[in-house]
Amino acid sequence: MGGDLLTAEALAAGYGPVPVLHNVDLRVPTGTIAAVIGANGAGKTTLLRALSGMLRPTAGRIVFDGRDLRGTPVEQLVRRGVAHVPEGRGVIGELTVAENLRLGALWRRDRAAAASALDEVYQLFEPLARRRRHLGHQLSGGERQMLALGRALVGRPRLLLLDEPSLGLAPRVVAQTMALLRQLCDDTGLTVLLVEQNVRSALAVADQGIVMSLGRVVLAAPAARLRDDAELRHAYLGF
Amino acid sequence: MSATRASAPPTRRAAVDSTGPGRSLPTLVRHLAVAAGVALLVLMASYQLDSFRNFQLATVAAYLCATAGLTVLTGLCGQLSLGHGALMATGAYTLALVQNAFAERGLTAGGLLVVSLVVAVLATVVVGAVVGVAAARLRGPYLAGLTLAVAVVVPALTVTFDGVFNGEQGLAVPVAPAPAGLGSYFPHERWQLWVATAATLLCLVLLANLVRSRYGRCFRAVRDDEVAAGLAGIHVARTQVIAFVISAGSAGLGGALLAVLAQSVSPGAFGLTLSLFLLMAVVIGGLGRLAGAVWGAFLLVALPDLTHSLTNLFTLSPATAQRLEGNLPLAIFGSTLIAVMIVAPGGVQGLLSRLTRALRARWPAGRS
Amino acid sequence: MDRFLFLTFDGLSRGAVYAAFALALVLIWRAGRIVNFAQGAMAVAAAYVAYSVTAVTGSYWLGFGAALLAGLLLGAIVDVAVMRLVDHRSPLNPVIVALGLVLLIQAVLGMVYGNEYLPARTPFSRSALAVGGTPVLSPYDLFVFATVGVVGAALVWIFTRTAIGLRMRAAAFAPEVSRLLGVNVGGMLTLGWALASGVGALAAMLIIPTELGLHPHAMDLVFVSAFTAAVLGGLDSPPGAVVGGLGVGLLLSYVSGYAGGDLIPLAVLALLLTVLLLRPGGLFAPVTARRV
Repeated sequence: MGGDLLTAEALAAGYGPVPVLHNVDLRVPTGTIAAVIGANGAGKTTLLRALSGMLRPTAGRIVFDGRDLRGTPVEQLVRRGVAHVPEGRGVIGELTVAENLRLGALWRRDRAAAASALDEVYQLFEPLARRRRHLGHQLSGGERQMLALGRALVGRPRLLLLDEPSLGLAPRVVAQTMALLRQLCDDTGLTVLLVEQNVRSALAVADQGIVMSLGRVVLAAPAARLRDDAELRHAYLGF
Repeated sequence: MSATRASAPPTRRAAVDSTGPGRSLPTLVRHLAVAAGVALLVLMASYQLDSFRNFQLATVAAYLCATAGLTVLTGLCGQLSLGHGALMATGAYTLALVQNAFAERGLTAGGLLVVSLVVAVLATVVVGAVVGVAAARLRGPYLAGLTLAVAVVVPALTVTFDGVFNGEQGLAVPVAPAPAGLGSYFPHERWQLWVATAATLLCLVLLANLVRSRYGRCFRAVRDDEVAAGLAGIHVARTQVIAFVISAGSAGLGGALLAVLAQSVSPGAFGLTLSLFLLMAVVIGGLGRLAGAVWGAFLLVALPDLTHSLTNLFTLSPATAQRLEGNLPLAIFGSTLIAVMIVAPGGVQGLLSRLTRALRARWPAGRS
Repeated sequence: MDRFLFLTFDGLSRGAVYAAFALALVLIWRAGRIVNFAQGAMAVAAAYVAYSVTAVTGSYWLGFGAALLAGLLLGAIVDVAVMRLVDHRSPLNPVIVALGLVLLIQAVLGMVYGNEYLPARTPFSRSALAVGGTPVLSPYDLFVFATVGVVGAALVWIFTRTAIGLRMRAAAFAPEVSRLLGVNVGGMLTLGWALASGVGALAAMLIIPTELGLHPHAMDLVFVSAFTAAVLGGLDSPPGAVVGGLGVGLLLSYVSGYAGGDLIPLAVLALLLTVLLLRPGGLFAPVTARRV
């Protein structure tokens, strides 16, 4: 493989007149997990929204797989191979589990491939198969997490943007989710950019840690270094 | 001169004489001063303009009561009413019934008109309270739907109970002529303008003070965020009912004045279209500002007049002319409304204030 | 008893049309949180198209098809050319714009066709057939039931069984998430408007011949009745709209049969007021979270 699947250069974005991101640079090599970490209000979610085009960047470049991603309508993103699981997981509570998953594959022309991807997800997430006909809002937090992740995977993305996958989940479920992401990357070559407040569990599986503070990237380093170098951790992460 | 007194009572005069206009004046005094100034202007204009223009100006004044009331309700309190045409009908019919009752008993004194107007306003307030109590529990589309139903149904009632309201024919409204003291050749239209202006100014001064009062602030708080207003200790439902009742009273006065001007009432004049027209006028004038209501009221009178002269420019068959005349103002109103909502949601008054702000910002910069 | 039976069937036939019209309101409400106050005017416009087409071709059915097509188109146009440009942050804005459309559409119709009642044809006889000596149903009533039934079934099928229906529902419930999943949310909204307006046009075609005839204001009271039906069922519930529509139809039929047709407007207002005061969420309202 090799090469960077996603790069951002001098990215800036904000809400109305309020700038949030300043001059953000990052690169995510193909088949790796990058964890964006930082305190509340550091601009992590805004970064994801700018990357997926939900928020129009005011400056800078986003290159995905060698092509500029800016100007791509949000609707076209899945077709380019980018899946964005938003904060709060975005399970549509009024639709059933099966409908949520079907929605993730609707854009695919190849019905057979879509069907097999659907089967895989049901195998991967056993509880979803049992609750196919239940409505989204009847699921537990962990099940919703599975559903959101599964719905993204049904589209067979090359890049997965995950916003706070651990939010409100039990530590065991968080660990399972992280392990699953690692496994997917190793097995299928999926690339993941995840935003996390749960620094320990994110760094446990990530290849790269990107530390953000007040809308800027203050450090991008191999996750192992951030994990093991106590001094670095103290300086940037406060523990 | 008694007429001058009707439009500007001595107390208001005194207020103007003793203190010049200034920022530090109490709100009531300032509003009274403005009202007195307007009254003077209208008084002078009434001698300059011909009878027809006087009548038109009087109609503007009547509409202004209703649009100002609607501005308070929709613009300040955030409640949409499509039923103000029906409330105007309530005022108009009440006035007609009371005037007729007076006439039957041989009471023809001009001063009784004040009694009839007060009764008309009271009756509308009662109807407004009934609708308002229901309305206070409703949000957005539900409220609009209920008031729409009121607007569609109330004119139909005049046919249902034609024993009282005389069906489609409507009722005649006997109105006493101008006081003999003004001279026997005094134009009736000028007298109508004076009466309408006096009543409307009184209504506007009350509304303007209300807007600046504690109630006005409560209205705005409820409009902007009901939950937050509730948490801040404002009784949301009560505030909404009050706004509706006040607004209804103004609309009732407007309707009663219209009845006085036309000297008759009929259901055709108060259909759904009138309700939509009022809303339109308020929105185009500028929601949330009483000044916008003035623009709206002028539009309501001027636009049909304009389209009338417009259609007269072309030679059309009588049938086509009739179709155009009835419908062209509606089409223009409808499309203007849509355009205003999309392009300039602040309406005419919003545009004006933006313009003055921009000018003010530019002038000092230009000098330095 | 005979009269009661007759009024019941008559009420159900009216109610079926109210149900269709209420369904159209519910469709747009679910898709975009807008009560389309212009729906009556839009439906009348479609009925006028049918009138013109029938006048030219002499065929009721060509006119009928033209009305449906005109309804679909008008709905799409209204969404794309008007509603999409409106600032939806205040819920008042779309309502006011819809009212502007009412004025505009009715005025244009008045200018083109005049403000007189025009005769509207029915494809089948409206005289009731007797069953066991009792007149109950006319062939036209049967036609109304069949048409509304087919449309209702088609809508259910579209929304629950097809991919486009799934997209439409997803776009309505969670626009942002749907976009991330590749759903063209704007397009789905336009489609929703088109469908609703088509159903509205159908309802107008069915009910106008049973009343005074074609007139720019012909649907004003029908709109209020259908709105009442939709509120009765809860604006969010399609089955509620159907039940509400049938209920309103029955009530109005009994009122006009036993107390006089003059009282229909008053009965509608009283019913709407009662529903809104007693159960503003409608009979089928789901429990809603308190908005803070």
